[in-house]
Amino acid sequence: MTEKENVLFRKFEIQGKDFSRAGSISSKIKEILQETGISNSIIRRTAIATYEAELNVVMYADKGILYFSLDPDSIRLKIDDKGKGIKDISLAMKEGYSTATEEYREMGFGAGMGLPNIKKNADKFTVSSYVGKGTTLEILFYLNNSEAL
Amino acid sequence: MNHYLHFVRVDENKCLGRMKCMRVCPTQAIRVKRGKAKIHDEKCIDCGECITACPTGAIRPLTDPFGELTKFRHTVAVPSPALYAQFGQKITPGKILSGLKKLGFDDAYDLALSCGEVSFALQEYLRENSETKPLIINTCPTVVRLIQVKYPSLIKHITPIDIPREIAAREVKQKKSKQYGLKEKEIGAFYITPCPAKMISIKQPAEKEKSYLDGAISISDIYGPLLSAMENIDQEESGESLDNLCILGLGWAMAGGISRTLKLKNSLTVSGLPEILKVFDDMERGSLQHIDFIEAYSCPQGCIGGSLTVENLYISYNKILRLIEELELKKIKRCPDVKEVRKKYSEGYFLKKHKLRPRPIKPLNDNLTEAIKKRKEIEKIYEKLPKIDCGACGSPTCEAFAEDVAKKESSLLDCVFMLPKKLRYLSNELSELLNKTKSINKTRQNNNKPKTKGKLK
Repeated sequence: MTEKENVLFRKFEIQGKDFSRAGSISSKIKEILQETGISNSIIRRTAIATYEAELNVVMYADKGILYFSLDPDSIRLKIDDKGKGIKDISLAMKEGYSTATEEYREMGFGAGMGLPNIKKNADKFTVSSYVGKGTTLEILFYLNNSEAL
Repeated sequence: MNHYLHFVRVDENKCLGRMKCMRVCPTQAIRVKRGKAKIHDEKCIDCGECITACPTGAIRPLTDPFGELTKFRHTVAVPSPALYAQFGQKITPGKILSGLKKLGFDDAYDLALSCGEVSFALQEYLRENSETKPLIINTCPTVVRLIQVKYPSLIKHITPIDIPREIAAREVKQKKSKQYGLKEKEIGAFYITPCPAKMISIKQPAEKEKSYLDGAISISDIYGPLLSAMENIDQEESGESLDNLCILGLGWAMAGGISRTLKLKNSLTVSGLPEILKVFDDMERGSLQHIDFIEAYSCPQGCIGGSLTVENLYISYNKILRLIEELELKKIKRCPDVKEVRKKYSEGYFLKKHKLRPRPIKPLNDNLTEAIKKRKEIEKIYEKLPKIDCGACGSPTCEAFAEDVAKKESSLLDCVFMLPKKLRYLSNELSELLNKTKSINKTRQNNNKPKTKGKLK
């Protein structure tokens, strides 16, 4: 993600446990994408994935950084967090699997849909994690429909 | 077609450029240039916030003047149920309808009845379409426009049942034309409106079909004349009892009223644009799937909070609520026949004929590469700004100002914080220049001094 003339780059900080601001980055990114004329279906998919990623950091990590970039061919998101990490990634990708506490579930979070939902909406999605250190998500959306297949 | 009609106008002679409108506009559609407010057509959603905020009355809705009535052979007033909340507790809807007739309308139609019909039709639609939940009621034109502009992915959640005022106008015209042997176009149906947004839904419906209504007269315009017209009506003549009122219809006047009178179990009510934005953001992220029905109104507390109403909206709310409670207590159900409504519903009587389409704001550039460049330019300009959103430049926020500068609609020097910077820069340049000229002059002076200085001694 280098700074190029036709690449729009933004960096957002996410604070763990700060539920009141969860969703603010997603709204900001949606605004940028609407202004630049990206199609509605891609905006919707990006907004959902961004929100889920934000929420993951808020719920499970101490803090994190979300990098957003937009170029004429794609939207890229990279989320780096400092937290406890994910022990079993393939398990975490399963719908309904969650390590959320009872309290979170009562609040309506932690239904085990976060990562699966990102995967469902993204064109490419990779997760890497070190237990005890943190997790990195990389999410890609193609703007050109033929590539999206 | 990229041209949208609006029914909010700025009277430049009255506008003093106080910027109150610019600050309250929820879509940042207003700029103040050379001391006068200007409304940006594409961004305006006709909510009427600016009308309420303007301290000099320079922003006015373009509702129809009363004189429009003379264009028709037979005229019918179709008042919003919000009108019933504008007068004291003792003035019944029946009296208000009689008052309208005294004012010059040939007839006045109780819209609450059509609202009741549509409530039942809605119930049917909700039952049949539970998979697209939550469904959003389409009665507020501002909310519909907001979704078209900002939340196109939510369009499929808007109910496609036609709104009561349209159904009422359609029915009235059919009935009256038969009754009096007139053509339908000779009958004028006028909505008595609590907000300017309804005006647009009449002159330019969101689905681009024709409205059955011929115009709208604002509650605030008709309030005074109506009040004096009602003075001479005795209660017996108009019927003091509430027996003819449809409880379902009253619900349409206030936020939450439809859900309450239909006894819907799992609904959500939101009013006021900033709050609506929060709810729709959540909905777009998929976190409201457990809700069945959303009542969203741009005005606080619903239509009774419209910018063209007269009575304090909380008092109005109380009046409608008391009417509903009274009818609930007396178990009065003078409402349309459910079976008949269901039959009409299955025949498609209530469905809108045209589909609602998105109405996205024009992007910074049609070419994505250029749009990205523009966006970067905006961000670069924004970085220079003080980011305190003082608004003195005539744009509502520093971010909006950066965009205006990038689009060359404003100059960077309109910012009061940029001007001193520029002046400092200029004065530095000036003093540098001055210093330069000084040193040049010095050398010139030195050069001009006679070199035989010493010899003269």
